[in-house]
Amino acid sequence: MNTLQRILALAVKELLAILRDKKSRFVLIGPPIAQLIVFGYAATFDLNDIPLAVYNEDRSAPSRDLVARIAGSPHFHQVSTIDHDEQIVSLINNREALLVLHLGPRFSEYLKRGKPAIAQVIIDGRNSNTALLTLGYLRTIITDFNITWGREHGKPPPPATLKIRPWYNENLLSRWFIVPGIVGLLALVITTVVTGLSVAREREAGTFDQLLVTPMRPVEILIGKSAPGIVIGLVEGTFILLMAVYWFEVPLRGSLGALYLGMFLFLLSAVGIGLMISSLAVTQQQGILGAFLFLFPAVILSGFATPIANMPEFVQQLTLINPMRYFLVILRGVFLEGDSYGLLFNQYWPMVLIAIATLAIAGWLFRHRMN
Amino acid sequence: MKPGSAKRMRLRGMIRKESLQILRDPSSIAIAFVLPVVLLLLFGYGVSLDARRLPLAIVVEQADANTSSLVGAFRHSGYFDPQSYDTIQNAQQAFDLRKVFGIVWLRNDFSERLLAHGGSPIGVIINGVDANQARITEGYIQGVWQTWLGEYARTRGVELRVPVQLEPRIWFNAAVRSRNFLVPGLIAVIMTLIGAMLTSMVVAREWERGTMEALMVTPIRIGELVIGKLVPYFLLGMGGMLLSVAMALWQFDVPLRGSFWVLTATSALFMLVALGMGLLISVVAKNQFVAGQVSIVITFLPAFIMSGFIFEIGSMPEPIQWITYIIPARYYVAILQSLFLAGDIWPIVLSNSAALLVMMVVFLGLARRKFHKRLDA
Repeated sequence: MNTLQRILALAVKELLAILRDKKSRFVLIGPPIAQLIVFGYAATFDLNDIPLAVYNEDRSAPSRDLVARIAGSPHFHQVSTIDHDEQIVSLINNREALLVLHLGPRFSEYLKRGKPAIAQVIIDGRNSNTALLTLGYLRTIITDFNITWGREHGKPPPPATLKIRPWYNENLLSRWFIVPGIVGLLALVITTVVTGLSVAREREAGTFDQLLVTPMRPVEILIGKSAPGIVIGLVEGTFILLMAVYWFEVPLRGSLGALYLGMFLFLLSAVGIGLMISSLAVTQQQGILGAFLFLFPAVILSGFATPIANMPEFVQQLTLINPMRYFLVILRGVFLEGDSYGLLFNQYWPMVLIAIATLAIAGWLFRHRMN
Repeated sequence: MKPGSAKRMRLRGMIRKESLQILRDPSSIAIAFVLPVVLLLLFGYGVSLDARRLPLAIVVEQADANTSSLVGAFRHSGYFDPQSYDTIQNAQQAFDLRKVFGIVWLRNDFSERLLAHGGSPIGVIINGVDANQARITEGYIQGVWQTWLGEYARTRGVELRVPVQLEPRIWFNAAVRSRNFLVPGLIAVIMTLIGAMLTSMVVAREWERGTMEALMVTPIRIGELVIGKLVPYFLLGMGGMLLSVAMALWQFDVPLRGSFWVLTATSALFMLVALGMGLLISVVAKNQFVAGQVSIVITFLPAFIMSGFIFEIGSMPEPIQWITYIIPARYYVAILQSLFLAGDIWPIVLSNSAALLVMMVVFLGLARRKFHKRLDA
């Protein structure tokens, strides 16, 4: 048998070992699909139906107009109307309302006399991101109100006005940002776990020794063991990609080839890491633990949900060895910004380095264990 | 021997066996103590939604006092790192290469039109790929704009008249520090992971190694087996829990406004739920590969995405909100965020604890029922 045949035989055997067990097969297919759909809808920063309580002591036409503009916006949902100060605390504390809008008794009087009329809002800051977004929505509504009011009452508009236009994601939909990320997230989880256990499982069953006495060279074992992870990753990655485009309707604006090159390099580095974990682990439990220890930080420190630029300097340095970081830029670049190979070059080469390094270490560990 | 003392002896033997197993295989101890410290350090520092010094291109086509005061307002806000470009084309290029997050464009007639009726437009382009960051940045830009309008009016000796002025007060977290809400949530995510991981592989391992048969021929009852497996891991998990709380308080300066005892009691309850979930997974899976996969898939990722730790549950579509009711981390995140930032808010503590209690009974009950003392099962 030549090298190629031997590798192929091992790769087929590896795939069969994973796919023949009914439960393992289900684990590889069922949960990723369910997760893609659930997370695609769940993972959103966009707020709607924010519970709002109104405390309007003024009750004149302008104050009612302002309240109607806020309560009528799709972001807010008025859950209660109050008439005492004391009611505010329990509404906010018990999370019945996320914010209370308070207009004092002289609101419209001040407005008419040209003094600043105060719209006080009390926001629950337990989720600071939600608090900031809520404040942003309110600011936009109040700025609109001010412009309309000024126009109707002959007041000059402000000397400068802002015209903010978001690019690439014109309506600022969180889903467009998160769903491409899920392609990377699930591909990483599946590949790492498939390869992370491949050596440990054989070592526990004692079949790894049998593999070692075959005429296969360590490099051939390495390639044969990598192949299933890459094949499964590519198949599932493609499936999730199709779902992102046809189910979630995220626009795919860039080059598909550039995306697949990225996915291949990404899977290669994930397989390298998985095999490294696997050859270090003596038992499957350690293999799983190792896979976890890698996955958890790799997901959170990848820019999947929170931007890398917000992290402290030393954590940012740490993310440089995380392959997911680069793949996320590729995914979002190709999906939303319409990127092609050229712009993504700086994302490709670090993944190549990571793949070479991890595969080399895994190969060395194989040989090391053999001696 | 009385039946009571025999039961106690069997239970003691079982707990002793599990404890020895834990002590001899350091991976469980690593999961309980090293993992939370490492994860909290990484994520406490790594997960932040507070933008700092965002690179922003400012195109000034004709520099004068007005444009420099506006650029100054961006610089002094602390949120931006303004970089000057002389033409929109150069700025556009930097934007395409992702060197800057946004562009502020002040055209050559900017100062002229400030005095004209209708005002001067400030064109702003921001990268909307990360929608959340883009929205928050919009808010910062509006803040800078309003500050500058006030300053501009003052230098010209007039008072800026804004019809309605927004006066926000943010309770529980006046500085809007994202760490204050993320760290308590992280404790919940980490504890879910640890609780489920500690137990999920334990029983599966006994099936795979065949030691389950050895346990079956002993007179031990199923209930005792379950308790014997839970007690040592419960103590281990609570140790990790205390460590995490201590780090939240002293390493990350998150205030604890509720009482420590309420925190301990609710955490113990949650730990039992997480362990019960792990036990159930391992009893059903009987295979470490499957148990490991399932525990990643149904504990870590849902706890991360669907618990309200980072994404607001109230904004999810209705059917997804129903699913979150079966995710234990959801209740614990709500309890922790309130206990840390707001205090002992009893309606929240009690209703969420009740839900956790129900889940504990269900998980442990199911694990007990599925745990047959038969080989063919």
